[in-house]
Amino acid sequence: MSPRLGTTGLVYVALLAILAAGAALAAARGQELFTTANTVDLLTRSSLLGFVAIGQTLVILCRSLDLSVGYVMALCSVVGATAMAGQTSRIWLGVAAVIVVAGLIGLANGLIVTRLGVNAFITTLGMGLIIKGYLDTRFKGPAGEVPAEFQLFGYTRVGVVPLSFAVMAAVAVLAVVFLRRTRTGVHMYAVGGDAEVARMSGVRADRPLLAAHVLCSVTAGLAGLLIASRFGTGSTLVYSSGYELESIAAVVLGGTYLLGGRGGVGGTVAGVLILATLDTVFNVLGVDPFFKDVLRGTIVIAAVALYARRQVDRAATPPRFAAPSRIPLLRGGRP
Amino acid sequence: MNGGPKAPLLRMSGVGKSFLGVPVLHGVDLQVRAGEVHALVGENGAGKSTLMKILAGVHRADAGTVELDGERVDFAHPVGAREAGVATVFQEFNLLPERTVAENVFLGREPRGRGLRAGVDARAMAAETGRLLEDLGLTAISPHAPVRSLSVAEQQIVEVVKAMSQSARIVSMDEPTAALAGAEVELLYRLVRRLRERGVAVLYVSHRLKEIFDLSDRITVLKDGAKVATADTADTTGADLIRMMVGRPVSAVFPEKIAGTEAGGVRLEVSGGGNERLDGIDLQVRSGEIVGLAGLQGSGRTEIAHALFGIDRFTRGELRIDGERAVLRSPRRAVRSGVALVSEDRKTQGLALHRSVLDNGRLVLDAVAPRRSRARSGRLPGIFSSLELVARSPSQEVRFLSGGNQQKVVLAKWLATDPSVVVLDEPTRGIDVGAKHAVYTLVRRLAADGAAIVLISSELPEVLGLADRVLVLRDGRIAGELPGGVSEEAVMEMAVGGAP
Ligand SMILES: Nc1ncnc2c1ncn2[C@@H]1O[C@H](COP(=O)(O)OP(=O)(O)OP(=O)(O)O)[C@@H](O)[C@H]1O
Ligand SMILES: [Mg+2]
Repeated sequence: MSPRLGTTGLVYVALLAILAAGAALAAARGQELFTTANTVDLLTRSSLLGFVAIGQTLVILCRSLDLSVGYVMALCSVVGATAMAGQTSRIWLGVAAVIVVAGLIGLANGLIVTRLGVNAFITTLGMGLIIKGYLDTRFKGPAGEVPAEFQLFGYTRVGVVPLSFAVMAAVAVLAVVFLRRTRTGVHMYAVGGDAEVARMSGVRADRPLLAAHVLCSVTAGLAGLLIASRFGTGSTLVYSSGYELESIAAVVLGGTYLLGGRGGVGGTVAGVLILATLDTVFNVLGVDPFFKDVLRGTIVIAAVALYARRQVDRAATPPRFAAPSRIPLLRGGRP
Repeated sequence: MNGGPKAPLLRMSGVGKSFLGVPVLHGVDLQVRAGEVHALVGENGAGKSTLMKILAGVHRADAGTVELDGERVDFAHPVGAREAGVATVFQEFNLLPERTVAENVFLGREPRGRGLRAGVDARAMAAETGRLLEDLGLTAISPHAPVRSLSVAEQQIVEVVKAMSQSARIVSMDEPTAALAGAEVELLYRLVRRLRERGVAVLYVSHRLKEIFDLSDRITVLKDGAKVATADTADTTGADLIRMMVGRPVSAVFPEKIAGTEAGGVRLEVSGGGNERLDGIDLQVRSGEIVGLAGLQGSGRTEIAHALFGIDRFTRGELRIDGERAVLRSPRRAVRSGVALVSEDRKTQGLALHRSVLDNGRLVLDAVAPRRSRARSGRLPGIFSSLELVARSPSQEVRFLSGGNQQKVVLAKWLATDPSVVVLDEPTRGIDVGAKHAVYTLVRRLAADGAAIVLISSELPEVLGLADRVLVLRDGRIAGELPGGVSEEAVMEMAVGGAP
């Protein structure tokens, strides 16, 4: 519609630019960026963060936040692996258990936020701590076992595309359709844009928020399953990998407004790919880990500053001489 | 009118409402018939919006009953009201700026398609909105445009369209013309009359008496949360209405210039001012002088106010305050140079809604002269009472005040700074008749104290009644100057540019 590139388009352009720049830098050093190993690694990394970030996008669109996703991932990897107990026949049981557990956690988060009016930051931080406490006292190491068939989820690939990445992409497509085609999805934008306006317009504002929290936990649960499938067992320690903040970074890098109401899953996927590409490029170039984080931080801040600028430009009313007010013309043409 | 005494479509009886123990409405009765435009009038804080919000399911009454077509209703959520056929245009801005016109119009009741188009059908939504807009003669507004790209007036019209699109039995509108002027008000009249023809019951709140008399069939007056009377518009005069609203006669004429007010030296001077939206602006205001700016919506009035206040500065030309060249790069600079702007949009530019009345009054003082702020804020209570501010206490949060009382806080905040140049952009928007008079007197007082005043208002009589001179704007340029007190027609003619 707009002749100008939308924010999502811009994120994809940035992704391509970073891919090109990375490949050029690597080539200048006589190395190759897109080796099969590197590409597979990049996509696998993206699929894990992708699941989490898709859910996080929904929550952020509603002007909420989920800081418990890392802990939910850890818990769900254990729940899945223990429920499967190494038996092929129990794979679906494990998957179902993960979805139920994650869904209930999300429901609890959502109910606390909507019914008790506790700020989402606090709610999900607290929920994360509760899960952490449970994991730390109950599990002193890896738990459960995943059958070999389920490990295929983590290791199968078609060409350079890992199965897990394809599944993540499919979930992303579902999320895009959900946001466009269901009332709950559409209302997420409304609630995040202005909850009071949504309510006064006859939207039951609690529902989209609840749904977003449930879906966010469930996608974190899927990420937990992927971890279990890759490690062959439930791993409690993933919670220390900082997925909650990383996913938020991916979401805002993808052009979703942290204060809600604007953005989408398409941008988030690009954001995830950008972060993963940066990691791969840094690894190939052998960048010092400290400097790596400095660069990542700078890029995220710069990107958000850029989106904010564009937003300011767009918010300005069109120049007076270019677009006269249209209403006076309604009454039968120009005076 | 559809002859014969019919049972009212809406019957509210004995409606009462308190907020945190403070009663706001007591035993209000209101009956609105189908095919009638029923005006609801009263001072700021009388309870008009609260009554509408009860009907709209936003608030719940503590006492009394609401009946629609003889059936008792009690809405717990705005969804209930909408489903029962009640549509509302609220006093506050109630659209999502990031979403398109179509998405806003259908918010909360998005149509669902079938088959391949299962789920929310964006195409049907846009098509239906387009049809609606076309049907109402509003082809200039695209259903695909994001609401933030529309002018304030267009946004207001979209809100009305949103209410009209619900095929409601009752449409209530809370000061729908507050952001409209001239032709746009006419447009709104057309829309309201259309609803009446369709047999819809229209409940209409406005502080502009002219509209009440132009549009309404009956009038209900509220005062201090109680009903004073319901009368046929045809049997009522403006003076009656004001007496019922205010409880005392209010002078219908504008206050005279205060004795001893003299036009002194030039305090504000703009020569050849221009920017993206303005061109060749020459403007001189002397101390003690009130200069009015008139023009259609979008002609550049507000843009001048913004340029004088450092929001979108002049990129061409020169600006002098008290003879000194000033480059107003930011509002802060402007305030420091002695400029005050009472702005058009109180929700986004004028107030910290979550802070108290007193804090808001001190906002500018604190920002520019924190050390002297305490001493100077001693005058605030006096200013508040001269504006007839209705608030429970100075520590009440501003968001709980009625719309008109919020506007008074904006005024007070600027008056407290002793400005040398005062730009008033729609200073009486949403203010009741009694308080309007108080504002006019205050403006006169400011002039007598030597301020240079620029007055912008879409209510022409206000500009003509107060200003010493009127500059008429057209398309971002000054079309001409007229003396104060000329006829409205003369101004309008200049504003639209006469025959092509
Ligand atoms: N949510 C609320 N909490 C506390 N007090 C409120 C709330 N809403 C309104 N009030 C108070 O109720 C009274 C009536 O307000 P209301 O908005 O109905 O007035 P109004 O007649 O619409 O005035 P105006 O013409 O200024 O819009 C005011 O004194 C206001 O301060
Ligand atoms: Mg009101």
